[in-house]
Amino acid sequence: MTLFIEQCLNGVQFGLLLFLLAAGLTLVFGIMDLVNLAHGSLYMVGAYFAATFAAWTGSFVLGAVLALAATLLVGMAVEVVVMRRLYGRDHLDHVLGTFGLILFFDELVRLVWGPEGLSLPLPWWLNTSVTVLPGFDYSAYKFSIIVVSLAVAVSLYLLVMRTRIGMLIRAGASNREMAGALGVNIKLLFTLVFGLGAALAGLAGLMQAPILTVQIGMGENIIILAFVITVIGGIGSIRGAFIAALFVGVVDTLGRSYLPDLMRVMLSPNAAATAGPALSSMLIYLLMAVVLVVKPEGLFSASSK
Amino acid sequence: MSALLQIENLAKRFGGIVATDDVTLAIASGELHAVIGPNGAGKTTLIAQLAGQLAPDSGRIRFSGEDISGLPMYRRSQLGLARSFQVTSLFLDLSVLDNVALAVQAQAGHSFRFWRNARGESELREPAQGALERVGLAERAYERAAGLSHGEHRLLELAMALAGKPRMLLLDEPMAGLGPEESARMVTMLRALKAELTILLVEHDMEAVFALADRVTVLVYGRVIASGAPSAIRANAQVREAYLGEQEAGHG
Amino acid sequence: MNARLDLRNIVLAALLTALALLPVYAALTHNLFLLTLFTRIVILALAAVSLNLILGFGGMMSFGHAVYLGIGGYAVGILAFEHINSGFVQWPVALAASALFALVIGALSLRTRGVYFIMITLAFAQMAYYVVAGLARYGGDDGLTIQKRSQFFAPLNLTDKTQFYYVCLVLLFASLYLVWRLVNSRFGLVIQGARSNDTRMRAIGFPTYRYRLVCFVIAGTLCGLAGALLANHTDFVSPAMMYWTRSGDLIIMVVLGGMGSVAGPVFGAVALLVLEEALSGITEYWQIILGPLLLLVVLFARGGIDGLLASLSLRLKIMAKVRA
Repeated sequence: MTLFIEQCLNGVQFGLLLFLLAAGLTLVFGIMDLVNLAHGSLYMVGAYFAATFAAWTGSFVLGAVLALAATLLVGMAVEVVVMRRLYGRDHLDHVLGTFGLILFFDELVRLVWGPEGLSLPLPWWLNTSVTVLPGFDYSAYKFSIIVVSLAVAVSLYLLVMRTRIGMLIRAGASNREMAGALGVNIKLLFTLVFGLGAALAGLAGLMQAPILTVQIGMGENIIILAFVITVIGGIGSIRGAFIAALFVGVVDTLGRSYLPDLMRVMLSPNAAATAGPALSSMLIYLLMAVVLVVKPEGLFSASSK
Repeated sequence: MSALLQIENLAKRFGGIVATDDVTLAIASGELHAVIGPNGAGKTTLIAQLAGQLAPDSGRIRFSGEDISGLPMYRRSQLGLARSFQVTSLFLDLSVLDNVALAVQAQAGHSFRFWRNARGESELREPAQGALERVGLAERAYERAAGLSHGEHRLLELAMALAGKPRMLLLDEPMAGLGPEESARMVTMLRALKAELTILLVEHDMEAVFALADRVTVLVYGRVIASGAPSAIRANAQVREAYLGEQEAGHG
Repeated sequence: MNARLDLRNIVLAALLTALALLPVYAALTHNLFLLTLFTRIVILALAAVSLNLILGFGGMMSFGHAVYLGIGGYAVGILAFEHINSGFVQWPVALAASALFALVIGALSLRTRGVYFIMITLAFAQMAYYVVAGLARYGGDDGLTIQKRSQFFAPLNLTDKTQFYYVCLVLLFASLYLVWRLVNSRFGLVIQGARSNDTRMRAIGFPTYRYRLVCFVIAGTLCGLAGALLANHTDFVSPAMMYWTRSGDLIIMVVLGGMGSVAGPVFGAVALLVLEEALSGITEYWQIILGPLLLLVVLFARGGIDGLLASLSLRLKIMAKVRA
C-alpha cells in the first residue's frame, strides 16, 4: 500500500514538473501564437547551468537561482534574436525555425560542456526523507519538487488572473493590435512572456537534474510529453495544462509501475516482458488518441485560462 | 409554387449574442430573394447555416423538400445548393481556370483518379471555360488567382459558384468592395442568371437589391422584421426606421 | 502539363543523369565511400519525396514521417531475424505495415489542424518508437542486425553495392514519376485545393478528409519502401530511425529542396547530405552551422533550392527578353 502511495506521489511530482514545462509552451502559443519546438532546449540549458553553477558556488540553492536567472536571460535573448522574426508566420515556419534552434543548442552545449553529461548531486539536507504520512516516508527532494511546483503554479495563476501584468498578458492575447494601440509595449511584453516560459522550462530542467542525468538531448525526450499535455489540455489553456499534466504524470508513473505486473498475470512471461514496457510507454499516447477522438480541440478551449 | 428552400424556425446563439432568432423563410423556385439588414444583423451567419458551415442550435432547413439540416457542406453543394463567400475565398495559388475547374470537378463524379492529367480533361476544362466566359474572365484563365483585382475576385467567386451547375445560389455580398462600373456589370450578370437559377442574395447595395429582387426580407438582430415585395418593403415604416433610415443618413 | 525547357528542368535532368552515372565514376576513382554515401542519399531522397506529397502538395505538416522508415525497416529486419529472407515477402509486408499504420494514424490525426496535427503526428511516431524500443526479442534499444539482405531472383543480388544502388535509383525515379502523375491527376488537384483552401473545397462539394487520408496512406507506404531499402543498406535497424528528430531531418530536406515541385526533395536530400559530409570534414560541430542555416532558409529562402532556381530562371527569361 505504501508503495502505491509512493508511486502516486511520484506521479504527482512528475506531473507537476511536466506542468512547468507545458505551461511555458502553452503560454507562448496562446499569447504569441508561436510553436516553440526548442522549448526543450531551454529545459536542457537550465539543467546544465544548474549543474555548473552549483559546482562553482558549492551551493545547490545558489546554483539553482543563478541557473534560473541565466535561463531567463537566454530565453529573452532567443526571443529578441530569433522569435521576433517568426511571429505572424506560418506554423510550419515556426516548427522548422525552432527545430533549427534545437540543433544549434544541442551542438552548442556539446561544444561548451562536452558530449558526456553532467551530474547534479543533492545537498545533504535534501538527500533525506520526510514523513509525509504516519509511517510513510517520502524522498525529501521529490517532496520539495512538489511543493515548489505547486507554489509556482499558484503564483502563475495569480500572476495571470490577478495582476496588472497578467491583465496585459491576457489583453495582448485576445487582441494584439488593440493592446498595442492602448500603449502596451507589446514587444516588451512578448519578450517577458517568452522569458517567463524559458524560466519555467529551466526550473523544470534543474529540478529534474538530480534525479535524471543532465545530458544533451534530454529536452527532445521530454518535450514530446509536454506536447501531448498541451494537446490534451487544449492549447493556450494553463488550467488545461495543469489538469492534463497531473493526469499524464500519474497515469504514466502508475502505468510503468503496475502494467508489467498486470501483464505478467494475464500473459505468458515472454509476452509480458515485451508487452509490459511497450504498453506502459504507449499509454499516454493512447490517452491522447482517445481525447482526440472525443474532443479534437483538447479538453479545455483556449479562451479559458 | 412550392418552395425550393424552406427555412423553419432557425436559431443560433454565440454565448450571449443571438445571431439568428427564430427565422422562418420560404424561397420559391426561380425567385431572386434578397436579404438585407444593418451590419451585425446575422446575414452571413444565416448563409453559413444554410450552406452547412455552421450548425444551427435549432430549426430545420429543407431543400427541394429534403431535410438538409444535418448534412455537411460538401453534401449540400452536391445536392445543388452553391454558395459564394463575402470575404473572397479562392485558391489563390492556383490558376483562375484551376479554381473554376475544381468546382466543376466536385460535381463530376469521384476524384479518386490518380493517373490521368486532370488539367487535360475536357469534361472539366470546358465547363470551367464556359463559366469564366459567363462572368467575363476568360482571358485571365491561366493567371494565378492571386494576381487578379478585387473586382475580378468577386467575379471568380461567382464563376465558381456557377461551375457546379447548381439549382440555387447563396450569394453573400457579391458586390462587396466593387466600384460603380463593376457593380453595374455584376447586376447585369445576376439579372441574366435569374432566368436559370433560384438565388438568395445578401447585399448592402440597395440599388442592386431593388433592381433585382422579386422579394425582400429584412433581418435586424437576427430577426425577420419584414418580408415581401420590394415596393412594400420600401414603404414599411419599421424597415425605414431600422435600416433604410441609416442608408439615407449617408451610410454608403 | 508542359515540361518546358527552363533552368529548373535542366538542372534536374543534370542531377538525375549525374546520379545515374555515379557508380561509373565511383568505380573509375575507386571511391567506394562515394557509392555508399549516394545510396543513402537516394534512399532518403525517396523518403523526402514521399513526405513532400503530404507536406508540400497537401499542406499536412506531419512531424512523424520517419516512423515509416522504421516500420518498413523493421518489417525487413524482423522477418530476416525469423529467417524469412525473401524480398518478395519482406517488401510487401513492409509496404502493407506502413500503409496500415498510416491509415490508423491518419484517421485519427487528420481530424485536427495546424499545430495540433504537428504535435499529434509527432507523438504517434514517438509511440511507435517506444513500442519498438521495448521489443526485447528484436534488439530493443540496441537495434537489430540483419544477417542477410532481401533475397530476390538471381542475378539480382542486393549485396552487390552497385546493383543495390541502381535498385534504389530506379525506385526513386519510379516514385518521382508516380508522384508527378499523382499531383496532376484529379486526386492531386483535390489535395492541392484542400491545402490552398480547405473550407472552399468542402463548400464546392469535396469531402476533403477522405482524400487527405488516402494521400497520407500513399505517402506513408512510399516511405515504408524507403525504410525497407534503408534496412538493406545499413544491414541494421534500430528504433533511432524513428525518433522524432529524424522526421525533422526529412522535413529539412523537403524545405531545403523546395516544397513546390515533385523533385525538389531530391535537391534537398543531395544538398543536405553532401553539406553534412563537407561540413563534418571541417568541424565536428557542424550542426552548429546547420541549425542557423535552416533558420535562415526558413526566413529568407522559403522556396528552397527549387524556389531559387525558379527565380533565377525568371530573371534569365527577363534578361533574354530585354536583349531581344
